[in-house]
Amino acid sequence: MSLEQKVKEIVVEQLGISADEVKNESKFVEDLGADSLDLTELIMAMEEEFDVEIDDEKAQEILTVQAAIDFIKANQ
Amino acid sequence: MSELIKTALVTGGSRGIGRACAVRLARSGYQIYVTYVSKPGPALETCKIIEESGGTASSFALDIGDHQSIVDFFKEKIKDRVFLSVLVNNAGRTMDGLLVRMGHEQWDQVLRVNLSGSFFCLQQAAKIMMRQKTGRIINIASVTAQSGNPGQANYTSAKAGLIGLTKTAAIELAPRNITVNAVAPGFIETDMTAGLNQEVRDKYLSMIPLKRFGSAEDIAETVAFLTSPGASYITGQVLGVNGGMYM
Repeated sequence: MSLEQKVKEIVVEQLGISADEVKNESKFVEDLGADSLDLTELIMAMEEEFDVEIDDEKAQEILTVQAAIDFIKANQ
Repeated sequence: MSELIKTALVTGGSRGIGRACAVRLARSGYQIYVTYVSKPGPALETCKIIEESGGTASSFALDIGDHQSIVDFFKEKIKDRVFLSVLVNNAGRTMDGLLVRMGHEQWDQVLRVNLSGSFFCLQQAAKIMMRQKTGRIINIASVTAQSGNPGQANYTSAKAGLIGLTKTAAIELAPRNITVNAVAPGFIETDMTAGLNQEVRDKYLSMIPLKRFGSAEDIAETVAFLTSPGASYITGQVLGVNGGMYM
Protein backbone atom coordinates (compact mmCIF):
# COMPACT_ATOMS: atom_id res chain seq x y z
CA MET A 1 0.00 0.00 0.00
CA SER A 2 1.35 3.43 -0.93
CA LEU A 3 1.91 6.12 1.67
CA GLU A 4 -0.96 8.07 0.18
CA GLN A 5 -3.34 5.14 0.48
CA LYS A 6 -2.22 4.51 4.04
CA VAL A 7 -2.84 8.13 5.04
CA LYS A 8 -6.30 8.00 3.49
CA GLU A 9 -7.04 4.75 5.28
CA ILE A 10 -6.15 6.35 8.62
CA VAL A 11 -8.40 9.32 7.82
CA VAL A 12 -11.28 7.00 6.95
CA GLU A 13 -10.82 5.00 10.12
CA GLN A 14 -10.34 7.95 12.49
CA LEU A 15 -13.19 10.07 11.13
CA GLY A 16 -15.55 7.18 10.50
CA ILE A 17 -16.30 8.25 6.93
CA SER A 18 -16.36 6.34 3.64
CA ALA A 19 -13.26 6.10 1.46
CA ASP A 20 -14.78 7.89 -1.54
CA GLU A 21 -15.28 11.04 0.56
CA VAL A 22 -11.54 11.37 1.12
CA LYS A 23 -9.87 13.35 -1.68
CA ASN A 24 -6.33 14.73 -1.65
CA GLU A 25 -7.65 18.27 -1.44
CA SER A 26 -10.20 17.48 1.30
CA LYS A 27 -9.96 19.77 4.31
CA PHE A 28 -10.23 17.83 7.58
CA VAL A 29 -12.47 20.31 9.34
CA GLU A 30 -14.51 21.95 6.58
CA ASP A 31 -14.93 18.99 4.22
CA LEU A 32 -14.64 15.94 6.43
CA GLY A 33 -16.27 17.26 9.60
CA ALA A 34 -13.37 16.73 12.00
CA ASP A 35 -13.39 18.44 15.40
CA SER A 36 -10.31 19.32 17.44
CA LEU A 37 -10.20 15.94 19.18
CA ASP A 38 -10.50 14.19 15.80
CA LEU A 39 -7.53 16.21 14.54
CA THR A 40 -5.49 15.28 17.60
CA GLU A 41 -6.32 11.63 17.12
CA LEU A 42 -5.46 11.82 13.43
CA ILE A 43 -2.07 13.31 14.20
CA MET A 44 -1.46 10.67 16.90
CA ALA A 45 -2.43 7.87 14.52
CA MET A 46 -0.13 9.18 11.80
CA GLU A 47 2.74 9.62 14.24
CA GLU A 48 2.34 6.03 15.26
CA GLU A 49 1.88 4.57 11.79
CA PHE A 50 4.77 6.40 10.13
CA ASP A 51 7.04 6.78 13.14
CA VAL A 52 7.30 10.56 12.78
CA GLU A 53 6.94 13.33 15.32
CA ILE A 54 4.46 16.07 14.51
CA ASP A 55 4.65 18.92 17.01
CA ASP A 56 1.63 21.13 17.68
CA GLU A 57 2.91 23.96 15.53
CA LYS A 58 3.36 21.67 12.53
CA ALA A 59 0.08 19.94 13.22
CA GLN A 60 -1.77 23.23 12.85
CA GLU A 61 -0.46 23.55 9.30
CA ILE A 62 -1.74 20.13 8.31
CA LEU A 63 -5.20 21.10 7.17
CA THR A 64 -5.75 18.79 4.21
CA VAL A 65 -5.14 15.18 3.30
CA GLN A 66 -2.45 16.30 0.82
CA ALA A 67 -0.71 18.37 3.49
CA ALA A 68 -0.52 15.27 5.69
CA ILE A 69 0.91 13.18 2.84
CA ASP A 70 3.47 15.88 2.04
CA PHE A 71 4.53 16.27 5.65
CA ILE A 72 5.05 12.57 6.16
CA LYS A 73 6.96 12.19 2.87
CA ALA A 74 9.27 15.03 3.86
CA ASN A 75 9.87 13.83 7.40
CA GLN A 76 9.96 10.07 7.20
CA MET B 1 -8.21 -10.24 17.35
CA SER B 2 -9.75 -11.74 20.45
CA GLU B 3 -11.81 -9.48 22.66
CA LEU B 4 -9.76 -7.56 25.19
CA ILE B 5 -10.59 -7.98 28.86
CA LYS B 6 -12.27 -5.06 30.62
CA THR B 7 -9.71 -3.83 33.09
CA ALA B 8 -9.50 -1.32 35.91
CA LEU B 9 -6.06 0.08 36.64
CA VAL B 10 -5.54 1.28 40.21
CA THR B 11 -2.25 3.06 40.90
CA GLY B 12 -0.87 2.52 44.37
CA GLY B 13 -2.86 -0.63 45.03
CA SER B 14 -0.79 -2.06 47.86
CA ARG B 15 -2.82 -0.83 50.78
CA GLY B 16 -5.40 1.56 52.13
CA ILE B 17 -7.74 3.25 49.68
CA GLY B 18 -5.99 1.78 46.62
CA ARG B 19 -6.36 -1.79 47.86
CA ALA B 20 -10.02 -1.24 48.83
CA CYS B 21 -10.76 0.23 45.39
CA ALA B 22 -9.05 -2.69 43.67
CA VAL B 23 -10.97 -5.26 45.70
CA ARG B 24 -14.29 -3.46 45.23
CA LEU B 25 -13.83 -2.95 41.46
CA ALA B 26 -13.02 -6.65 41.09
CA ARG B 27 -16.48 -7.31 42.51
CA SER B 28 -17.87 -5.09 39.75
CA GLY B 29 -16.38 -7.57 37.30
CA TYR B 30 -13.24 -5.82 36.12
CA GLN B 31 -9.88 -7.47 35.76
CA ILE B 32 -7.68 -5.53 38.16
CA TYR B 33 -4.21 -4.14 37.56
CA VAL B 34 -2.54 -2.58 40.57
CA THR B 35 0.78 -0.80 40.68
CA TYR B 36 3.26 -0.48 43.52
CA VAL B 37 6.46 1.49 43.96
CA SER B 38 9.04 -0.87 45.37
CA LYS B 39 7.76 -3.68 47.58
CA PRO B 40 5.78 -6.32 45.66
CA GLY B 41 4.52 -8.12 48.80
CA PRO B 42 1.53 -5.96 49.74
CA ALA B 43 0.42 -5.58 46.11
CA LEU B 44 0.56 -9.35 45.67
CA GLU B 45 -1.56 -9.60 48.82
CA THR B 46 -4.14 -7.30 47.18
CA CYS B 47 -4.17 -9.62 44.14
CA LYS B 48 -4.52 -12.64 46.40
CA ILE B 49 -7.56 -11.16 48.14
CA ILE B 50 -9.15 -10.54 44.74
CA GLU B 51 -8.33 -13.98 43.37
CA GLU B 52 -9.67 -15.70 46.48
CA SER B 53 -13.08 -14.22 45.75
CA GLY B 54 -12.97 -15.33 42.14
CA GLY B 55 -11.54 -12.20 40.51
CA THR B 56 -8.51 -11.66 38.30
CA ALA B 57 -5.67 -9.35 39.30
CA SER B 58 -2.06 -8.59 38.48
CA SER B 59 0.46 -6.27 40.10
CA PHE B 60 3.17 -4.21 38.43
CA ALA B 61 6.11 -2.20 39.72
CA LEU B 62 5.69 1.38 38.55
CA ASP B 63 7.34 4.54 39.84
CA ILE B 64 4.57 7.11 39.42
CA GLY B 65 7.19 9.83 39.92
CA ASP B 66 8.92 8.89 36.67
CA HIS B 67 7.40 9.96 33.36
CA GLN B 68 9.24 7.50 31.14
CA SER B 69 8.28 4.56 33.38
CA ILE B 70 4.63 5.51 33.01
CA VAL B 71 4.89 5.81 29.22
CA ASP B 72 6.64 2.43 29.02
CA PHE B 73 4.12 0.78 31.34
CA PHE B 74 1.12 1.83 29.26
CA LYS B 75 2.86 0.84 26.05
CA GLU B 76 3.96 -2.57 27.27
CA LYS B 77 1.11 -3.64 29.54
CA ILE B 78 -2.04 -1.73 28.63
CA LYS B 79 -2.23 -0.59 25.00
CA ASP B 80 -3.77 -3.24 22.73
CA ARG B 81 -3.50 -5.76 25.57
CA VAL B 82 -6.50 -4.91 27.72
CA PHE B 83 -9.67 -2.85 27.37
CA LEU B 84 -8.96 0.00 29.77
CA SER B 85 -12.39 0.63 31.28
CA VAL B 86 -11.24 2.42 34.41
CA LEU B 87 -8.24 4.34 35.71
CA VAL B 88 -8.11 5.17 39.41
CA ASN B 89 -5.34 7.68 40.03
CA ASN B 90 -4.72 6.80 43.64
CA ALA B 91 -0.95 6.64 44.11
CA GLY B 92 0.16 9.35 46.47
CA ARG B 93 2.51 10.22 49.24
CA THR B 94 2.92 12.80 51.96
CA MET B 95 6.01 14.57 53.24
CA ASP B 96 4.52 16.94 55.78
CA GLY B 97 6.11 20.05 57.22
CA LEU B 98 5.22 23.65 57.94
CA LEU B 99 5.62 25.71 54.82
CA VAL B 100 8.37 27.97 56.11
CA ARG B 101 10.41 24.87 56.85
CA MET B 102 9.48 22.93 53.74
CA GLY B 103 12.48 21.89 51.67
CA HIS B 104 12.70 22.03 47.93
CA GLU B 105 12.77 18.24 47.62
CA GLN B 106 9.83 17.89 49.99
CA TRP B 107 7.76 20.12 47.74
CA ASP B 108 8.97 18.63 44.44
CA GLN B 109 8.58 14.98 45.42
CA VAL B 110 5.01 15.34 46.59
CA LEU B 111 4.00 17.38 43.53
CA ARG B 112 5.79 14.94 41.25
CA VAL B 113 4.00 11.86 42.52
CA ASN B 114 0.57 13.21 43.44
CA LEU B 115 0.04 15.67 40.61
CA SER B 116 2.50 15.07 37.76
CA GLY B 117 2.31 11.29 38.06
CA SER B 118 -1.48 11.38 38.04
CA PHE B 119 -1.45 13.66 35.01
CA PHE B 120 0.90 11.39 33.05
CA CYS B 121 -1.22 8.33 33.87
CA LEU B 122 -4.37 10.21 32.89
CA GLN B 123 -2.73 11.34 29.66
CA GLN B 124 -1.70 7.83 28.68
CA ALA B 125 -5.08 6.39 29.67
CA ALA B 126 -6.90 9.12 27.74
CA LYS B 127 -5.10 8.22 24.51
CA ILE B 128 -6.29 4.65 24.85
CA MET B 129 -9.80 5.50 26.03
CA MET B 130 -10.27 8.00 23.17
CA ARG B 131 -9.84 5.15 20.71
CA GLN B 132 -12.18 2.96 22.73
CA LYS B 133 -14.66 5.82 22.78
CA THR B 134 -15.44 5.06 26.40
CA GLY B 135 -13.73 5.15 29.77
CA ARG B 136 -13.96 6.26 33.38
CA ILE B 137 -11.18 8.12 35.17
CA ILE B 138 -11.31 8.74 38.89
CA ASN B 139 -8.75 10.90 40.63
CA ILE B 140 -8.38 10.46 44.36
CA ALA B 141 -8.09 13.99 45.73
CA SER B 142 -8.48 14.98 49.38
CA VAL B 143 -10.70 17.07 51.61
CA THR B 144 -7.53 18.94 52.51
CA ALA B 145 -7.39 20.31 48.95
CA GLN B 146 -10.73 21.98 49.63
CA SER B 147 -10.21 23.07 53.21
CA GLY B 148 -6.45 23.52 53.53
CA ASN B 149 -4.42 21.70 56.15
CA PRO B 150 -1.48 22.94 58.17
CA GLY B 151 1.74 21.09 57.45
CA GLN B 152 0.59 20.00 54.02
CA ALA B 153 1.29 22.90 51.66
CA ASN B 154 2.76 20.44 49.17
CA TYR B 155 0.07 17.76 49.48
CA THR B 156 -2.90 20.15 49.46
CA SER B 157 -1.48 22.01 46.45
CA ALA B 158 -1.01 18.77 44.56
CA LYS B 159 -4.49 17.52 45.41
CA ALA B 160 -6.07 20.88 44.54
CA GLY B 161 -4.20 20.67 41.24
CA LEU B 162 -5.75 17.28 40.70
CA ILE B 163 -9.20 18.83 41.07
CA GLY B 164 -8.39 21.39 38.36
CA LEU B 165 -7.03 18.61 36.18
CA THR B 166 -10.23 16.62 36.73
CA LYS B 167 -12.38 19.46 35.42
CA THR B 168 -10.26 20.24 32.37
CA ALA B 169 -9.92 16.57 31.46
CA ALA B 170 -13.67 16.12 31.88
CA ILE B 171 -14.35 18.87 29.33
CA GLU B 172 -11.70 17.76 26.85
CA LEU B 173 -12.59 14.08 26.95
CA ALA B 174 -16.38 14.36 27.13
CA PRO B 175 -16.78 14.15 23.32
CA ARG B 176 -15.26 10.65 23.50
CA ASN B 177 -17.64 9.49 26.20
CA ILE B 178 -14.94 9.48 28.86
CA THR B 179 -15.96 10.77 32.28
CA VAL B 180 -13.44 12.20 34.71
CA ASN B 181 -14.29 12.77 38.36
CA ALA B 182 -12.49 13.31 41.62
CA VAL B 183 -13.26 11.70 44.94
CA ALA B 184 -12.16 13.75 47.91
CA PRO B 185 -11.80 11.54 50.99
CA GLY B 186 -12.05 13.07 54.42
CA PHE B 187 -10.30 11.51 57.40
CA ILE B 188 -9.91 7.86 56.43
CA GLU B 189 -8.40 5.16 58.64
CA THR B 190 -5.32 4.11 56.64
CA ASP B 191 -1.60 3.72 57.17
CA MET B 192 -1.27 7.30 55.98
CA THR B 193 -3.36 8.60 58.88
CA ALA B 194 -2.42 5.95 61.46
CA GLY B 195 0.71 7.87 62.40
CA LEU B 196 -1.19 10.84 63.78
CA ASN B 197 -1.32 11.22 67.55
CA GLN B 198 -4.45 11.03 69.67
CA GLU B 199 -4.71 14.78 70.14
CA VAL B 200 -4.80 15.36 66.37
CA ARG B 201 -7.26 12.51 65.88
CA ASP B 202 -9.60 13.94 68.52
CA LYS B 203 -9.39 17.34 66.89
CA TYR B 204 -10.43 15.91 63.54
CA LEU B 205 -13.21 13.85 65.10
CA SER B 206 -14.70 17.01 66.59
CA MET B 207 -14.90 18.45 63.07
CA ILE B 208 -16.80 15.50 61.60
CA PRO B 209 -20.61 15.73 61.91
CA LEU B 210 -21.00 11.96 61.46
CA LYS B 211 -18.65 11.52 64.44
CA ARG B 212 -16.51 8.77 63.00
CA PHE B 213 -13.55 8.37 60.72
CA GLY B 214 -14.17 6.93 57.28
CA SER B 215 -12.96 3.58 56.03
CA ALA B 216 -11.13 2.81 52.81
CA GLU B 217 -14.24 0.86 51.81
CA ASP B 218 -16.32 4.06 52.02
CA ILE B 219 -14.10 5.52 49.31
CA ALA B 220 -14.08 2.31 47.28
CA GLU B 221 -17.89 2.25 47.17
CA THR B 222 -17.96 5.78 45.77
CA VAL B 223 -15.30 4.94 43.18
CA ALA B 224 -17.26 1.83 42.17
CA PHE B 225 -20.39 3.93 41.79
CA LEU B 226 -18.57 6.36 39.51
CA THR B 227 -17.53 3.47 37.27
CA SER B 228 -21.08 2.06 37.15
CA PRO B 229 -23.60 2.58 34.30
CA GLY B 230 -25.71 4.62 36.70
CA ALA B 231 -23.02 7.31 36.90
CA SER B 232 -22.69 7.86 33.16
CA TYR B 233 -24.01 11.44 33.34
CA ILE B 234 -21.60 12.52 36.09
CA THR B 235 -18.37 14.18 34.96
CA GLY B 236 -16.04 16.90 36.19
CA GLN B 237 -17.32 16.57 39.75
CA VAL B 238 -15.60 16.41 43.10
CA LEU B 239 -17.41 13.99 45.37
CA GLY B 240 -16.63 14.58 49.01
CA VAL B 241 -16.69 11.41 51.09
CA ASN B 242 -15.92 12.95 54.42
CA GLY B 243 -18.68 12.45 56.98
CA GLY B 244 -19.72 16.05 56.51
CA MET B 245 -16.27 17.38 57.48
CA TYR B 246 -16.33 19.78 54.53
CA MET B 247 -19.45 20.91 52.68
